[in-house]
Amino acid sequence: MRFELSDTQQLLKSSARKFLQKECPMAEVRRIMETPAPYDANLWRQMAEQGWTGILFAEDYGGMGLGMVETAAMMEEMGRALLPGPFLATVPMAGVLLDTAGNEELKKIYLSRIGSGESRAAVAVQEEDAAWGWQQVQLSASGGGDALRLHGSKRFVQDAGVADFLLVVARGGRGLTLALVERAAEGLSVQPMAGIDLTRRLYSVQCNATPAVLVATGEAAERALERMSLLANAALVAEMLGGMQRVLEISVEYAKTRKQFGKPIGQFQAIQHKCADMVLMVEALRSAAYYAAYAIDHGLEEAQAAVSTAKSYASEAYREVGNHGIQIHGGMGFTWESDLHLYYRRAKASEILLGDAAWHREQIARLVLD
Amino acid sequence: MMPSLDLTLTAQQQKFREDLRQWLASSGLESWRAEMARKKTLEERFAHSLTWQKNVFEGGWAGVAWPKEYGGRGATLMEQAIFLEEMARAQAPPLANVIGIGLVGPTIIACGTEEQKKRFLPGILSGNEIWCQGFSEPGAGSDLAALTTSARRDGDYFVVNGHKVWTSFGWVADWNAMLVRTDAEAAKHKGLTYLLIDMKSPGVKVRPLRQMTGESEFTEVFFDDVRVPAANVLGDVNDGWRVAISTLMHERNTLGASLHITFARQFRQLVERGRTVMKNGKPALEDPVIRQKLAQCYAEIEIFRLTQMRALTRVDKSGVPGPEGSILKMFWSEYNQRFQQVASELLGPYAQLTEECPDAPDGGQWAYGFLRTRGNTIEAGTSEIQRNIVAQFVLGLPKSY
Ligand SMILES: Cc1cc2nc3c(=O)[nH]c(=O)nc-3n(C[C@H](O)[C@H](O)[C@H](O)COP(=O)(O)OP(=O)(O)OC[C@H]3O[C@@H](n4cnc5c(N)ncnc54)[C@H](O)[C@@H]3O)c2cc1C
Repeated sequence: MRFELSDTQQLLKSSARKFLQKECPMAEVRRIMETPAPYDANLWRQMAEQGWTGILFAEDYGGMGLGMVETAAMMEEMGRALLPGPFLATVPMAGVLLDTAGNEELKKIYLSRIGSGESRAAVAVQEEDAAWGWQQVQLSASGGGDALRLHGSKRFVQDAGVADFLLVVARGGRGLTLALVERAAEGLSVQPMAGIDLTRRLYSVQCNATPAVLVATGEAAERALERMSLLANAALVAEMLGGMQRVLEISVEYAKTRKQFGKPIGQFQAIQHKCADMVLMVEALRSAAYYAAYAIDHGLEEAQAAVSTAKSYASEAYREVGNHGIQIHGGMGFTWESDLHLYYRRAKASEILLGDAAWHREQIARLVLD
Repeated sequence: MMPSLDLTLTAQQQKFREDLRQWLASSGLESWRAEMARKKTLEERFAHSLTWQKNVFEGGWAGVAWPKEYGGRGATLMEQAIFLEEMARAQAPPLANVIGIGLVGPTIIACGTEEQKKRFLPGILSGNEIWCQGFSEPGAGSDLAALTTSARRDGDYFVVNGHKVWTSFGWVADWNAMLVRTDAEAAKHKGLTYLLIDMKSPGVKVRPLRQMTGESEFTEVFFDDVRVPAANVLGDVNDGWRVAISTLMHERNTLGASLHITFARQFRQLVERGRTVMKNGKPALEDPVIRQKLAQCYAEIEIFRLTQMRALTRVDKSGVPGPEGSILKMFWSEYNQRFQQVASELLGPYAQLTEECPDAPDGGQWAYGFLRTRGNTIEAGTSEIQRNIVAQFVLGLPKSY
């Protein structure tokens, strides 16, 4: 038994850190975040060249065929760097959906485009009622084969504005329907929903008899969505972990250098204990996040409970670490200039994304109480 | 896939667990457990767990990670953790010599002379000699190094005078692992010595201290010109602080090793209760608020178990527990208090009933647990002290006091 990353995994992680420090420092994050649709083509190309966009997928589709633990290690670094753009939406969400539900032909075309870095993608699940999950989906699918059309609207679609194609959850003649829509398809409109996270945007999506390609229906669609929910949540919590770790480091650094009453504020116990609580939350989530990834890689029965454990904890802990970090910085923590609010904004958006704490606790309850 | 983090047991660890399970199956555990349940007082329970310890010792399972030449099994720390987990899973009675096995023994192994190891370790494992730990004093708790119990050199002896408090197992201990002041002039951490004192020495007086649960797990111990052979100094004279820190790190690590199993069992027990306890005309398990709170408990137990595994991985590599033990201690002690409150809310008015009341659920264990867990954030270093340790020794912040 060894609960730590192997040397190879560590290497992968530290090279990701070096790359992001060089190519995506905070100044760059701020530059990208001010653009209308935060995403940088050059950065994306470089990430793709290193195989990041295909990390989870088979080599047939231009992928690296690595596991969730490796993906989590990379996501942790992305979260630490506050990498802007559609990585989460494209790879662990859209990519995993396609990989799970798509037929060979679809995968050859679309998954390969994701793996090679040629395309970005997004997944449209939620609607006006904003509930996470696909049980209540109303957006309808009509026709079949080449005549498949989508009608209705979606909300809270992450990074749809920079996506080259969308995977849309609909309801049709054969029940739950998963369909692929090209960004340029007729009758498709994508509008920003201005949200709190400036590094990753939300959009509403309108389908007006929009032509689509069928990916899966019924049980196959459901299974693929469940798998996506599992993997994307595991990726997300690792990303949240990286952000939390960074907020902790920034705050401890500040506590060591900022002086009041003639001493570093880090000498005051009220500040120290906040820092200690941040360490506890970071370490707790580190255990939960990597176990979730491990459980997925090993097909453990507990994988679902492990993912919901991690996401319910992360949802509260990232926000709380942010609360502490801002408080430790005093007035400086309340400024636009401080990076803390950028992480804090990400924390709030991530808390809500893919099921909030209460949603995941209810999943746990179903698994362990009923 | 690349070689990865690996949470499965190695073949050797699996064999270790199989052997242990087989031994447990042949040990008549059922009746040991049933007998334990009938024991009402602390004294009865102690006596029973002592005979169980002797049984475990004879089976060759006491002191799993201790060297063979002193009666141990010579296994790894990982196997020791497996042992603790299995024992908790089987609901075996605890080994009576808690302080000896968990704290004093490891400290003697780390800092003792060959003679001391030969003299003391076998007795700890067999249970022939029960230990207590005399660190805290009325004027020295968190500020342990401020202790004033003195040991004055007199030829081949030290003469000890002073007063220790909160000494768990003081009422039954044969030996006391003490921290005493040997140099009143030196800086407070520099004048301390770790001394092993025979509790039957003339001049030692023990008085029970009643705690908020009504029992007396701990005692106060008075020392009046107690003569202790100089050969009983563990480590060097005036180097007791270093020796004691090693003990405290062991305390933080061992105390928690198998707790997640106990927590998981209590959780299941509460869930079972929740099927029949009614809230608003429905079983408590259908109450959305209770569901959220129970799910949170489940998540925290899991996280504690996993964080423990990570700590174990580190200890297994380096051989010594580090300050990260403080994070675990904070986590489990505060979790345990939160859990008891959730239990209380689930059980409603029945939660307050104690063992004297026939209507008390689970023999009054919830009312007892509610009170007893308050001690968790005080014993083995308060939560505040653990946070100071994390701030200072994990994060490198300046000392706050
Ligand atoms: C059930 C139980 C069993 C025990 N068994 C033993 C035993 O076997 N042997 C033994 O030697 N001791 C034992 N103890 C004693 C235990 O180690 C002490 O109670 C503990 O270290 C706290 O010391 P204190 O009680 O003097 O409290 P104090 O040190 O007086 O603390 C009072 C309050 O002040 C806070 N405080 C103190 N200093 C600081 C600081 N620097 N920064 C922030 N806050 C601070 C504390 O956190 C606490 O909240 C036991 C205690 C309990 C409850």
